[in-house]
Amino acid sequence: MKRDEPASRILSGVDLHKVGPYGDTLGDGLVQVSFSLPVPSGPESREAARRLAVQMGLEEPQIYKEADLGYGFSFWIIYGKCRHNVDVTRIVVPKLEAVQLSFDEINDLVAAEAGRRLRIVGACTGTDAHTVGIDAILNMKGFAGEYGLERYPAFEVFNLGSQVSNDILLQKVRDLKADAVLVSQVVTQKDVHLGNLAELVDMIEAESLRKDVLLVCGGPRISHEVALELGFDAGFGAGTTPRLVADWIAREWVRRKVLPA
Amino acid sequence: MSFLTERLMEPKLDLDPDIIARCRDAAGAISADVQRFAAGRTSVSIERAVLRWMGVEGGDADCIPLVNRVVDLQVKSGLLSHGVSLAFAEAVRNSGLSPSDAAMAIVEGRLALVGPDPDAMEAARVVARLLASQGAERVRRAVRTRSRFIERLGEGSRPLLYVIVASGNILEDTVQAKVCAQAGAQIVAVIRSTAQSLLDYVPEGATTEGFGGTYATQANFRIMRTALDEASEDVGRYVRLCNYASGLCMPEMATLGALERLDVMLNDALYGILFRDINMQRTLTDQVFSRRVSAAAGLIINTGEDNYLTTSDAFEAAHTVLASEFINEQIALCCGLKPHQLGLGHAMQMNPFREDMFLYEVAQAQMAREIFPDSPLKYMPPTKHMTGDIFRGQVQDALFNLVSVMTGQGIHLLGMMTEAMHTPHIHDRVLALESARMISTAARHLGDEVRFVPGGRVQTRARDVLARALTLLQQVRDEGLFGALASGRFADIKRSMDGGRGLEGVAVKAEDYWNPVDEVLDELIAEGAKEVAQ
Repeated sequence: MKRDEPASRILSGVDLHKVGPYGDTLGDGLVQVSFSLPVPSGPESREAARRLAVQMGLEEPQIYKEADLGYGFSFWIIYGKCRHNVDVTRIVVPKLEAVQLSFDEINDLVAAEAGRRLRIVGACTGTDAHTVGIDAILNMKGFAGEYGLERYPAFEVFNLGSQVSNDILLQKVRDLKADAVLVSQVVTQKDVHLGNLAELVDMIEAESLRKDVLLVCGGPRISHEVALELGFDAGFGAGTTPRLVADWIAREWVRRKVLPA
Repeated sequence: MSFLTERLMEPKLDLDPDIIARCRDAAGAISADVQRFAAGRTSVSIERAVLRWMGVEGGDADCIPLVNRVVDLQVKSGLLSHGVSLAFAEAVRNSGLSPSDAAMAIVEGRLALVGPDPDAMEAARVVARLLASQGAERVRRAVRTRSRFIERLGEGSRPLLYVIVASGNILEDTVQAKVCAQAGAQIVAVIRSTAQSLLDYVPEGATTEGFGGTYATQANFRIMRTALDEASEDVGRYVRLCNYASGLCMPEMATLGALERLDVMLNDALYGILFRDINMQRTLTDQVFSRRVSAAAGLIINTGEDNYLTTSDAFEAAHTVLASEFINEQIALCCGLKPHQLGLGHAMQMNPFREDMFLYEVAQAQMAREIFPDSPLKYMPPTKHMTGDIFRGQVQDALFNLVSVMTGQGIHLLGMMTEAMHTPHIHDRVLALESARMISTAARHLGDEVRFVPGGRVQTRARDVLARALTLLQQVRDEGLFGALASGRFADIKRSMDGGRGLEGVAVKAEDYWNPVDEVLDELIAEGAKEVAQ
């Protein structure tokens, strides 16, 4: 909960110390879950599904769909009352400040402080072939009505595309003397993206380039918090617009120039 | 008319046949150019495919495919331009070994790989033909087996519902594929491990680890085909298997697909050039060989122009997809493929919040249907505007399902509500199949009952896209396909003649270049044409 969240946005009667799911009555805790089990449907697996729901913290689980998928699988849709709740007032989440600068202001800031274009290298790394995220942020055309970074006079953008290995990316960062590196990870399997991102940080540190570049990652499964844990400087999740990234890069670059770590 | 497009659709868009004919003319000229270019060249992957037709299987002690080791020797001797078949046939003739044993002996240095003396030339040619004809016999058997399956079991109503499995583990894939078949899937594709298209060899053996997909190997093809044959018997309906004849090993993948009775293969050089940065000379040369193999083996090919809309705007760039379909059609026909083997790609990728998006998508899909009436068309679901909101995604996919059935698409890739999140979970596919079946049943004859307002939004949009496609095709004809790719006419991506991966594996054919597979392909294609005629 943002500390400056206006009171008008908080539902009256809600206990911020005990927040749980809402179905149609405050405090009912209602949620739905759906999953498959590697057992055929039937009375025993039905009870197994119910018990699983209880172990997930769902009281009075109701099974609304039970389907046998064949070849030893069953599918379940269950509703239940989540008995857990959280104290929202005690939560502190590291996050990026909201966008402050406009397109022109970002360009002006970089022109004034850097006196040159900032070089940005972007890539979809590892095995990921989904460039939709990095393209939305970098391409001229942009995303959600905002221009991509290529359109900013403040930036010189090198979009390396998809399935770029960390080796190649590192080499480009060195060769192009990048000011910022944007790594996108969209669709991955078994959390391979986390290892991949961490490896890049290690490699850049090993090359003693860490102080020279802003390391940014993005993707639907990335948050600022995850990014910091991995050793990045910033992380952008789903719904990020190009200007949010542009603003952060410009201001952070300037901040570091003024206040070296 | 083919079984994939059995319902005759009455034209509804009032498209000008003259413009369509001019599009085909331009595409024909573009294709003839490519054909001429490819006919004068061979590649390491074509030569490896030739060895596979001649019966070479397996890998060396380090699991490097024998076909790679043998062709690499030929390259090292600077003889790629002559092809490998005669030298290899001579080695078999002199040693009396089986093709795979002979290849192993060559690799181990126990047998020489040198072209026959002039007086032994004819004998080597005979052996080469004999070996290739054994490959052809296997392909004939596969074609017959498929026909018998389909005669006996049928394959269900259209559009054929196509799902993807991609666990990375072929054994896990087989279980998921069977669950899909039970839920109504008619084509199961095994997505390849990411970046396999950039490997210049086909891995050996059954594999249980991969990223974002499962390696395409000959052993994996066999394992999945066996599983789907079992599933076909279980569900009383032939379930087709799909994989990828694309990337640097395109000719080999097509060959393995032909030998192991795959039914459908993605095959599109333009996709590889644009989205995988594979060199255009390499992959357009490889594609001609691959398409001839697909023609010979009765495979359906799926083309990939739908992907242009993942980088370009679907509304603005719709004509680039149509233009590419024309080009792919002409190249395919030149290679001996029949219209019913062409799953030309297109997709529903417009922003779902654009007003009348549904009408424009209907116009696009109906237009493709009317312009390519005898081809099944491969219709791709929304991906670009899928967000991870599974509830909204299910609705987007429902709209897609409706467009597909009302415009009579032949091959319908199922949209997944979890698109853009992860490889589908087992129930994601089942739910998608359930939705697609519900909608295609509920709206089965909608297309027959609907006419469009003359000069209304749907007709106008279709005509506009067709007119723009003609302009683009004429530009591409004038600058040539290679030039058009260099100037970024497709997918807003520019690729150069000498850039990208794999150019070093291309050779201009020497005057005495020969391989026995071209001949058996001609025979098989002629036999297939006779059957279609009957």
